Parts: sequence; C-alpha cells; structure tokens
Amino acid sequence: MARDEIAHSMGDALREAAEPERPVTRSTTGQARKPWAIALSALVPGLGSMAIGRRAVGGWILGIWAIAFTTLAISTEDVSRTLSAGGVGDWLALITLAITLIGVWVWGILDVAVVATKPIKRVGVSQWRIAGRRFRKNRLAMAGLAIMVLLYWVTLLAPFLAPYDPNFQGNIVLNRYQPPSMQHFLGTDKFGRDIFTRILYGARISLTIGFIAIVISVTLGTLVGAMAGYFRGWVDTAIARFIDMLLSIPRLILLLVIIAMFEPNIFLLVAALGLTGWEGSARIVRGQFLSLREQEFVQASRALGYSDWRIILRHILPNTLAPIIVIATLGIGNVILLEAGLSFLGLGVQPPTASWGSMVNDGRDAMITAWWISTYPGLAIVLTVVAFNLLGDGLRDALDPRLRT
Amino acid sequence: MTGYILKRTLQSIPILLGASTLIFFLMHAAPGDPTSIYLRPDIDPAVIEQMRKNLGLDQPVHVQYVKWLSSFARGDFGYSFSQKRPIIDIIKDTLPNTILLSGIALVIIFSLGVLIGTIQAVRQYSWIDNLATVLAFFFYSMPSFWFGLMLILLLSYKFQWLPASQMTSVNFEFISVGKQWVDRLMHLIMPAAALGIGSAASVARYMRSGMLEQIRQDYVRTARAKGLSERVVIFKHAMRNALIPVITLLGLSLPFLVGGAVLIETIFAWPGMGRLIIQAIFQRDYPVVLASAFVLSITVIIGNLLADILYSVVDPRVRVEESET
Repeated sequence: MARDEIAHSMGDALREAAEPERPVTRSTTGQARKPWAIALSALVPGLGSMAIGRRAVGGWILGIWAIAFTTLAISTEDVSRTLSAGGVGDWLALITLAITLIGVWVWGILDVAVVATKPIKRVGVSQWRIAGRRFRKNRLAMAGLAIMVLLYWVTLLAPFLAPYDPNFQGNIVLNRYQPPSMQHFLGTDKFGRDIFTRILYGARISLTIGFIAIVISVTLGTLVGAMAGYFRGWVDTAIARFIDMLLSIPRLILLLVIIAMFEPNIFLLVAALGLTGWEGSARIVRGQFLSLREQEFVQASRALGYSDWRIILRHILPNTLAPIIVIATLGIGNVILLEAGLSFLGLGVQPPTASWGSMVNDGRDAMITAWWISTYPGLAIVLTVVAFNLLGDGLRDALDPRLRT
Repeated sequence: MTGYILKRTLQSIPILLGASTLIFFLMHAAPGDPTSIYLRPDIDPAVIEQMRKNLGLDQPVHVQYVKWLSSFARGDFGYSFSQKRPIIDIIKDTLPNTILLSGIALVIIFSLGVLIGTIQAVRQYSWIDNLATVLAFFFYSMPSFWFGLMLILLLSYKFQWLPASQMTSVNFEFISVGKQWVDRLMHLIMPAAALGIGSAASVARYMRSGMLEQIRQDYVRTARAKGLSERVVIFKHAMRNALIPVITLLGLSLPFLVGGAVLIETIFAWPGMGRLIIQAIFQRDYPVVLASAFVLSITVIIGNLLADILYSVVDPRVRVEESET
C-alpha cells in the first residue's frame, strides 16, 4: 500500500516535470497556399481553415463569426433605427458589430492565405511568445478569455441584444413579477422591468468600473512599490508602515467610510475602489525591484548616468510586467465583487441605473414569490468573476510558473 | 517566547495609531462638519457658531486630533445621534455578536478547508479531487451576499430547515436552556456558512498544494517505511507541516471576514457591528461610523497579532529568524 503510494507520487512528480516541455507536433514547414480554401473562408470564415486541418483556429473563427452574424440577423430593426435616429450607444454598438464581422472575415482569409503557409519558428522566440504558447494550451484559461471577450462585446452591443429598454416598465400592474417566459427570458422585477435586459446593461457598469478601478489601483501600487524597492532606506520603511496601516482597516469598511462621508455616486465609487487595494501590487513590485536593482543591466544604466526615474520606468519596470498583469486580472474579479457588494448595500451605483449588486438587492423583498429577480444577476456575477479568475490563473501559470500554488 | 510576543505587541501599536489617524483625517476631508445638519434658514448662524465652539470644532485640526485620540484611548467614543446613547454601550452590545459570527465562520473555514484540501491531496486527480477543485473555484468567485440569499431561499423558504434571520427565535425566552442552545446554533449555521465558504475554498486550495508538497518529502517516506499507518502519516506527520502556511492565510483572511460580515449581517438581520455601521451610514450618524470602523480595525489588528503568535508556536523557526535580524 505504502509503496504504491510512493510509486504514485513519484510518477506524478515525473509526469509534472515532463509536461511543460512537450514538443511541438505540428509540421514546421508550412502548407502550400490553397485557393479553394481561401474561397471557402471568404464565403464562411473559418471553414477554409478547418478544411486544411487547422481545426482549433477554424473553430474559433467560425464560432465568433456565427455569434456576430446571428446578432446582426436578429437586430436588423435596431440597425435601421440606428441609421435613421441612433444615439451614441446605438452607433457604438453598430460600429462594434461591423468591426467584429469584418475583422473575423479578414482573420479567416488571412489564416488560410498567410499564417498557414508560414513555417513555425522554433528558435529565437521571445519570452512573451513562449508564455502565449503555454497560455493557449491551457483550456480553462482560454475559456476564461473567451467569456471575458464575449462579456465586453456584449456590453458594447447591449442596445442591440437587449429586447427592451433597461428602464422600460410597460404596464406596471400586468407586467411586474413575471416569471421567466418567452417574452421575458429571465422574468421581470417589481417595476415590470426586464431582468435579462438589465443584466446586459448591468454588465456595462460592472465591467467598466472593474476595469477603470483596477487600472488606477495597479498603477498606483506599481509606482509606490517601485519607489519602495528602488530607493530602499527610509522611503521603503515609510511605505511599508503605511501599507501595514492600510491593511489593518478592512477594505470594505474603508470603502464604506469614504462613501459615507460623501454622496454615493459612480465616480466616487470608481475613485474609492481605485485608491484602495493597491497594497498587494505594491508589495509584489517592491519585491521584484529589490532583486532587479542589483542586476548588471541596472548597474550599467546607472554607470551611464541615467536618472533614477528613467532607470525605474524604462529599464526595470518592463521586467516586472508579468506579475503586474496577473495581479490586475485577478484583481478585477475582486473589484467586481466589491462593487456588487456596495451596490447591494445601496451605497454603490444608484437606481435606476442597472447594476448587478443592486438588482440582487431589489429581489430581496420578494424572495419567496419572485426568486428570479435576485438569482440571475447573482449568477451573472459568478460567471464574470469565474471568467476573470480562470484567466488570471492561466496568465499566472503561463507568465510565471513559479507563482503557481 | 514572551520576548517575541512582547515585541510583536509593541509593533502593532504604531499600526493602530496610524489606522486611527487615517480614519480621523478621512472624517476631516469630508465636506461640512457635524453641525451642518442643523444648517437651516430658521436657525441663527450665531447658534451654529456657539455649537461649533461647544463641540470644539473651532480649534485647530491638530488640537482636535489629540483630543479625539485621547478620548478614544479612554474608550470614550462619543454619543450616537440616532440611538441617543453612548457609542461605547452600543459597541458593547454588538461587538460580541460579530466576534461570535466571525469566530464560527473561522472555525468553518479552517476545518472545512483543511479537511477538503487534505482529501484532495491524498486522492490527487481522482473524481473527488476534480469535483472539489471546480466547486472551490465557484465558491471562491461567488459574492457572499448572493450565496447567503440563495441559502435563505432554499433552506428557509423552500425546505424550512433553518431560520432566515435574527440571532434567536421570537419565543427564545420561553424555552428551556438546552433548546436555547439549539436555537442559537440553528440561527448561526447559515450566516457563518455564507461568510466562511469563500475563504474555505481558498484555504482548501492552499492546503491541497501544501499537502502535495509535504507528501513527497523524505520524512514522509521514512514514516511510511517504518510501518506507520497511512492515517498517522497523513494526519500526524504531513498535516502538521502543511498547516503552517494555512495559519498565515487565516491571519490574512481576517479583514475579508470582517468586511464580509457587513454584508452577511445585513442579510441575516444579525445584530452585529456590520449592521450597525450600515444603519449608521444611512442615518448619517458619523460618530458611530467612525467608532465602528476604528473598533473593527482594532479587531483585525488583534486577530493578526494572535495569528502571528500562533504561527510562532507552530513554527519555532520564525521566532529564531526574527530575533536574529
């Protein structure tokens, strides 16, 4: 029994050691250019690639094209409305749709005509390309990426995809608390508003806030961490003490105090989320800087008389990009959860703007009779955060396998 | 040992001071002051001025800060506008409830996380490992407030197994002592589970990888080779070492736990600090908001201190390294 276990664990260790360096099995010479495949791809993007054996890429192209084309097909009315009298949101949606369709078409043709004919380079690939290859092999991470791209796409196309206006109430007496049906995929809330529509528009709020807040907080954290790690001495000590202090106040409590002091609104929310929670990235960037600043290339640039900030920004910072990207991706999920929590408490995005957190809160009064009001927005949050976490884990494994837990 | 504890305790004093300073200056950065709620056309500006003088708001910021700090140090948090009683009394009522909730959540996080992580590591790549990995990922990404609502929906409304809100039933005072305990426990299960499940998932993840690392070590092989039973090898030898990083994780998860308590207490109508702070925000009762934020920060700092001390008990290497540097 025990020996079996040992054999197993050794086998696992060996397998894990062998796995990362699996050889590339595809041909390295590239294929001949096939005009019929190009024609096929011009007709239906992706089919050509699939016909010449590039199934995975072809499948992706075909899938994206199918989604975009279906969207166009079901939103012909919206398109004509946009052309006659469309707002900014409508035009944004139309442009996104057009770019997607044309882009997929071009990609489909180029994949057959150019990419497939080129030999695969094996030597002299950059670190980023190796990471990209490792990332593409990770199916879960690719699924996360796909969901994330789809979510951002949906937020842009919300005016076309949503069957109603997010604040449209209709006949409120007849229309409220409708269970999921063909007219209302996910039911209606207490004001008769369509839940599915509001989830689509809520995605805008969550993803925009998540993205902007994480950009602010990671930039801040990187700068602070870079200063601490580069200058060391009293700067480092002061920053470390300040971070210890911030970490002792729970982030949600700090956010609550900030928001309570002012009137809750979306700009305050973004600012507060962006200005808190940068401690993690500061710590990691500091650690990177501490080791990188002793390297020869930094000593060389110092010897050349470059200024401190030039060394920090141009020479050391690019080398810390990988962990920063990972932290930002994993942080977005966290920020989305915090935003949802604050909106749930009524201290984030204010009604009537649709936001997932406040939609969950709306359903609390009628949990027994109308379970769908709270349930679906919550599922949307779970799906989004799962996607970002999958993506973040995949990026971490691809960019820096040492960080794996 | 005592030297280490003393040193760590002293180290947390400046942190505490800093946190209180931050909270104080946040309050001062906000527009208006406590008298602004009385600003109405029918009130004489001279009265407002007198009020400011009485409250000490006309003094320079640093004087106000020192006064504020010294009264906080004495446990005098001021007076609640909305509840019309000293804040210290309100906190005495609510803090134990939050600590009870977080404590039980911590127990759930630790026991569930360690158990699942260990099972996963021992049965690596089995269906149970894969299932637990997927579930852990979902629970980790789930908003706790939504999970709490779903628990209420299923366990309280649909199956009627557990009570949906409050700490005790309506007839709590009229039932026997034994039943009172059961009643309290029934009210605790759902909020504690909703609060702890996300952190439990991340503990399980760390435990799995830590355990996998330990199982491959030479000392585990030695233990097996000398004929110890598998249970002793896993639970006595490997687990002890795998637990060390988990203790750090517990200390780090405290701020999330306290923050999460705000949401969970609101959903389950749990009379704790979290609900207090939310109610105070909506009633614009700023002294209560600030005092609660301060007290919760102290709770986190003390919790971290305890985690560090526990860490040094489990892993004596920490103490040695600390004293050498």
